[in-house]
Amino acid sequence: MPTPFGPKADAGPPGLAAKLLGFCEELRSEGVAVGTSEMLDAFAALGEVDWTRREDFREALAATIAKSQDDRRVFELLFERYFFRTAEAEAVQRGITEHEEGAPPAGDGERFDMSELSEAIREAMEAGDEDRMRDLARLAIAAFGRAEGSGVVGVDVQRIRRTLGLTAGQQPPAQDGSERPPIDREQLTGFERHLRRELERDLIERTETLPPSRPLAELDRALPTSPTQDLAAVHRAVSQMKRRLATLGHEQRGRKKGQFVDVRRTMRASLETGGVPLRLKYRPKRPRRPEIYVLCDVSTSVTSASVFFLSVLHALHDSFRKLRSFVFIERISEVTDVFEHERDFAAVAQKISSEGGVADVSGYTDYGRVWLEFLEEISEDLDPRSTVIVLGDARTNGREPHAEVFARIAEKAGRLFWLNPEPKLYWNYGDSVMSAYERHCDGAFECWTTKHLENFVNVVAGAKPAAE
Amino acid sequence: MAQGSVAEVKEALAGVGYLADEPAALVSFLAQKLGKPVLVEGPAGVGKTELAKALSRATGRELVRLQCYEGLDEAKAMYEWNYRKQLLRIQAGGEAGWGDVQDDIFSSEFLLTRPLMQAIASPEPVVLLIDEIDKTDQEFEAMLLELLSDFQITIPELGRIEATTMPIVVLTSNDSRELTEALKRRCLYLWLDYPELEREMEIVRLHAPDLPETLARRLVEVIRMVRDLDLKKPPSIAESIDWARTLLLMGAEDIDRETFTQSMSIIVKHRTDIDLVAERVGVKLADPLRAEG
Repeated sequence: MPTPFGPKADAGPPGLAAKLLGFCEELRSEGVAVGTSEMLDAFAALGEVDWTRREDFREALAATIAKSQDDRRVFELLFERYFFRTAEAEAVQRGITEHEEGAPPAGDGERFDMSELSEAIREAMEAGDEDRMRDLARLAIAAFGRAEGSGVVGVDVQRIRRTLGLTAGQQPPAQDGSERPPIDREQLTGFERHLRRELERDLIERTETLPPSRPLAELDRALPTSPTQDLAAVHRAVSQMKRRLATLGHEQRGRKKGQFVDVRRTMRASLETGGVPLRLKYRPKRPRRPEIYVLCDVSTSVTSASVFFLSVLHALHDSFRKLRSFVFIERISEVTDVFEHERDFAAVAQKISSEGGVADVSGYTDYGRVWLEFLEEISEDLDPRSTVIVLGDARTNGREPHAEVFARIAEKAGRLFWLNPEPKLYWNYGDSVMSAYERHCDGAFECWTTKHLENFVNVVAGAKPAAE
Repeated sequence: MAQGSVAEVKEALAGVGYLADEPAALVSFLAQKLGKPVLVEGPAGVGKTELAKALSRATGRELVRLQCYEGLDEAKAMYEWNYRKQLLRIQAGGEAGWGDVQDDIFSSEFLLTRPLMQAIASPEPVVLLIDEIDKTDQEFEAMLLELLSDFQITIPELGRIEATTMPIVVLTSNDSRELTEALKRRCLYLWLDYPELEREMEIVRLHAPDLPETLARRLVEVIRMVRDLDLKKPPSIAESIDWARTLLLMGAEDIDRETFTQSMSIIVKHRTDIDLVAERVGVKLADPLRAEG
């Protein structure tokens, strides 16, 4: 009976435990937090599930190991590669190919009836039967694939599909004249996936090597061209930041007097004094004071970096509840609400660019004016426990930098950090007035990849805590 | 009553009117077998709360529901002492010594049990639904941790209350914020998304059986078109069902432009969304057939 690992791989408990541990190791190296308790849960779950069904096996693992949509994405990619490649690796190691078992080799006098095969595939697609589709994919490849294979998997997949006459949408009537139901595009894509997988297996068998596996992390370390890929990495870096910045304190109970008497707690306290409410207890004050203020430059001079910064903002909002964020070019505009109401990154980016209201006539950043506005409108809310983070390149286009205003903001806030998307070499070149601001900051960092972000976190965590 | 396999769970759920997909059935099965809570996340209206209700019907357990909101605290969720009664007791105690009174007022008679406590202390097995946990804060989640891992509650005056029967715990979240690691670690994770075309058709036909199949298919296709648009509030499964019933009442035979514009407000609930949908989807539908002759 075929197992998810392929017909030959050893699926017994000792082998499986080692494989699963290896799988979890790989997940960890890609940044998915898999702890021992999750692994134990995974083993327990597998004990209850029938392994011969690939779907159940995968879902049981996913339910215990991948606890968010981002994690699930990484899980899917790794699962395919790990359990697929492992079987193949074993096979290559042992020098086994499928032909040795006595399975009939392809094109050996047996003529496959194309229309029968086509029908069978249609049925399997309708039924959504993954196992059957896999077997049929193998048959199809055996029939058409080996002889005229071009070697390029994608091309072969399409060729086989066309030869079988499978296209999405409406279908011509069957040979007996009966109507055939239209093929759903998604089902067809699913079958193509099986074809692709089986072709790759075939290739591995023939060439006796494994294709190199590219670490996933490489995919999103570079400057983000597609924000969603990097978003996961940014999120992880920010959740580290959260743990280490340690500004996530909730209000200490009973710290300061609120305005309203909390009747329940007063009565409870009055029990100690024989029912006489000698001590009044107050309700804690709301709303909570934000502890982090982020100002983000979204002008054109930092476009590719501003996508990155926006994803940082997005991640920050997810992790920190007490956060107020602002975007600016020439004016400041608070975007806290946008992030609160919308969790999807693409939607947020679009909303900010359309409703931002920060650009003025010229569209060039004016840092001086930004500080003036910030000082005037928002700085009364700053207190020694606040942290202000500025994301920008300090290129003020020849306008007045107003460094002294910035200095006053720095005094009011507990800590002030600057994240610059340019390398340090470029600071103070041209219209960048970084030095004027740098001296007032508790730290100025170059930051355009997640590596830099992690670096920032480390430095900040090592710094002394904010003045109380 | 534990069901023997995933397929049985799926059937049992279908039997009470909830069509679960494979992952949902599997996770429900694992939750019962392993005794771990389930965290269900997904967009609004895909059937997360319904899953818990269906589980309770299918297993014959009572459903204990805790609806979360911002500012929910221990007193409203777990337990509370009945202060008024205690005060009266003290007043009425008169000459009795403090020792006796103290034993009395901190007994279970003076304890108001809230949903979480009810679920733990219940002699019969229950399904505990903690709905929309993403609306609460992290302090509340921290409070749940002891409950979720050991199924026990500690009351300082009374001691530890342990669960005698293992409840099935379902937590739902609308994915509006990230939940803490500690909470997720204790749960099995399930992501419920909008269903595939076939399954949504089944669901619609289950709840509106008189709807002809072609019309049901058309309905689901149009709804999927609407979902693909960038709406403020995409239509959920509940809205598909409502629309199906509306169409039945209207006696419609097909979804042409007129029927669509008339009944659009059933599935789209924002002014801006209505405009967008009318513009994009309305034009793709056929004109109503003119009456012949």
